[in-house]
Amino acid sequence: MNEPNARKTVFQFGYRRSADQDSRSPVRRPIVIVGAGPVGLTAAIDFAQRGIPTVILDDADRIGEGSRAICFSKRSLEIMGRLGLGDRLVEKGVTWKLGKVFLREHQVYSFDLLPEAGHRMPAFINLQQYYLEGYLVERAAELPAIDLRWRNRVTGVEQQDGFVRLTIETPEGEYQLDADWCLACDGARSAVRDFLGLKFVGHMFEECFLIADVKMSAEYPTERWFWFDPPFHSGQSALLHRQPDNVWRIDLQLGPDADPEEEKKPERVLPRLRRMLGERQFDLEWISVYRFNCARLAKFVHGRVVFVGDSAHQVSVFGARGANSGIQDAENLVWKLALVLKGQAPESLIETYELERGQAADENIGHSTRSTDFIAPRTKSEHLLRNAVLELAPHAAFARRMVNSGRLSMASRYDTPLSSPDREVFAGSAQLGLPVPDAPLLDRDGKQRFLLETLSDGFELLYVKNGARPNVPDGIRLKVIGEDFSDMDGAFTERFDATPGAAYLLRPDHHLCARMRAYDGERVREALARAKGLLK
Amino acid sequence: MTALRTESAFADPDAAYEMLVTAHRGASEAESAALNARLVLILSNHIGDIGVLQEAIRLAQTAGSRRAAPQDAV
Repeated sequence: MNEPNARKTVFQFGYRRSADQDSRSPVRRPIVIVGAGPVGLTAAIDFAQRGIPTVILDDADRIGEGSRAICFSKRSLEIMGRLGLGDRLVEKGVTWKLGKVFLREHQVYSFDLLPEAGHRMPAFINLQQYYLEGYLVERAAELPAIDLRWRNRVTGVEQQDGFVRLTIETPEGEYQLDADWCLACDGARSAVRDFLGLKFVGHMFEECFLIADVKMSAEYPTERWFWFDPPFHSGQSALLHRQPDNVWRIDLQLGPDADPEEEKKPERVLPRLRRMLGERQFDLEWISVYRFNCARLAKFVHGRVVFVGDSAHQVSVFGARGANSGIQDAENLVWKLALVLKGQAPESLIETYELERGQAADENIGHSTRSTDFIAPRTKSEHLLRNAVLELAPHAAFARRMVNSGRLSMASRYDTPLSSPDREVFAGSAQLGLPVPDAPLLDRDGKQRFLLETLSDGFELLYVKNGARPNVPDGIRLKVIGEDFSDMDGAFTERFDATPGAAYLLRPDHHLCARMRAYDGERVREALARAKGLLK
Repeated sequence: MTALRTESAFADPDAAYEMLVTAHRGASEAESAALNARLVLILSNHIGDIGVLQEAIRLAQTAGSRRAAPQDAV
């Protein structure tokens, strides 16, 4: 068996001296990203695709074993698709969409997270976080605009007038770097947050959970299985979920009185796992004992420092809302900051990052809190109420909808001043403020494509053919459905409630920001200006 | 006579559940049980249909019985 507490190195990188370290005065960079995790790397790649150079600073020089995040949502995969990693992730990951919930030994509820066809990306993949990070680092290495500096530890952050001065420690001593904008992507224990003296607001749950990754060959299906009060872990909850390479994620609730240091010891962990897994041979890959926080910073933007991902907000693991929301944070911020840096949008556009992703963080914290309350009732009467729901679930549909073993991460809908309110009624699953739904299309050669893979990094107008191609305003790419692409099987028409002449304006993050029944150049121009934060 | 409705009626069932949990937070066991009793009486009167109440009681009894093992396929 592996020694579970010694994290093995999966990818090793080297420190390299930067010319910036030899400069007499601090070099000024447009964007400095602190933290080369999934969020920081996503941001850097997205900036690079928009022609903006970044420096990423990371205090480590390796990616260690330990799965941490494992569930990547459809929305994250769609973002990764735009960044050139979608297929690779789906290929390596374990695709799933079904979840089952058991009370003792009986199934009480099941759910399907993607019941309809015609989407390029699955509802979820499970993939060890180190694979995602490794692939992101490789993708970043292909992009000369990204300067990734390992073993560069930030030891000081000073807000200046219109820039941020960072002090950085390296194996060869200290240097300073100035950034027009600094993105703090340095995780839940963000050092940047500490340097600015900022505090999370929220609360910590008393309940303790053991999280273990074990390697074994097992015949369980590729589904998320969650037990309340299982025979092998009486009175508590348990989760089993498959990852690639025959690695399985197991979460076991330990109760509020558990001692994390004691519970990490193999002599405590192994008997618990054996009760669950029986006589199977397994190796312990990684274990951790957690208490969850549901908390956020009141503000994500502080001068020229922007908090992105776990540095800005934290949730429990149930619902896969950590890494997935961080990736969406990064995507939301980058196109806005890119427009500001290019002088195409006012700096106030960045406030909408805080507004939109603050809404998402509140939504995630709300779901995560409710799930954790359901999984770990705090008092005997809460426990009775919870068990009443579970006992009713096989008999009554209303109770099944209350069973909460984690509400899994979906894309957030933004209620935002960047959207132009609908003036006509639209049905369909496309909604103002949500990312547009995917749909299978045929290109001019009759080849099948998915809508989302045909979208660019910029503003895009989907126009449903009705006569000539419209003359769209500068800065918008036009796609005519019925000419450039055709609706393959009616899914596009249904999901967009598309009628001839209808037009849909998509932001660079593919959130729908305006739509109209009949293309109107003036309305599109105004909607574009509004989406860039140029209108009051 | 109206039949007991068991399909989900709340637009946001998680919010309804949270409201019930919150109502009990900080209460002792006895206070919780008494709160539940008052809630049952209030909601029963709101329903105001003796047949529905009878059906609801039967469902609650059936679901709570360990012998009536639920079917696995739901």
